[in-house]
Amino acid sequence: MSNKTVIIVHSGDMDKLYSALIIANGSMSMGMEASLYFTFWGLERLKKGGLEKGPLSKMNFLGLGKWMVKSRMKKANVAPLERMMTDFKELGGKIIACEMTMEIMGIKQEQLRTEWIDEYGAVGTYVHEAKDAEITLFI
Amino acid sequence: MTTIEVDTRGETCPVPLVECRKALRKAKPGDEVIVTGTHPASKKEIPMACESMGLEIIGIDEESDEWKIRIKR
Repeated sequence: MSNKTVIIVHSGDMDKLYSALIIANGSMSMGMEASLYFTFWGLERLKKGGLEKGPLSKMNFLGLGKWMVKSRMKKANVAPLERMMTDFKELGGKIIACEMTMEIMGIKQEQLRTEWIDEYGAVGTYVHEAKDAEITLFI
Repeated sequence: MTTIEVDTRGETCPVPLVECRKALRKAKPGDEVIVTGTHPASKKEIPMACESMGLEIIGIDEESDEWKIRIKR
């Protein structure tokens, strides 16, 4: 199992976080390894209570669009982000938090869901993680 | 040898695939994992995942919208 998916989660938008977690969970389900590198607006979602806070990347309409999409998702029985994250960790997925973002945004470790985070690192950690990856994405 | 049954009926992407993988991780070599579901894409993708992990599919049963995939761990 040497092949790996590494995703940079730069956006904190709800729909993009879904994309990242679905691809990561799918990768691990296919027998690959997966790492998520949370940076900038993405890292905001790792704050306590922050996972579901992101707006829609398009047609958010001050939250109305997001509310509509969420109710459709509920009808289609789409798993909530919290569950996708729990599954990701249970399957052995790795989460890296960007230290530079923490410095810029003034985010302290105790504000984050530290139980999910495996490593705190900078660009070197990402490159090291991604250099032997088959799939690497920036979301 | 143990049989592990996973019910993903009504669940959508990526839950059936993820639940299948979770069960396969818990299973010991020789065990059988049986995944039941209704999500159409997963019926194709679970065997794909098993193939890439080198696992054998014992059988796929289908009845109307419901499928049942038997995997040897």
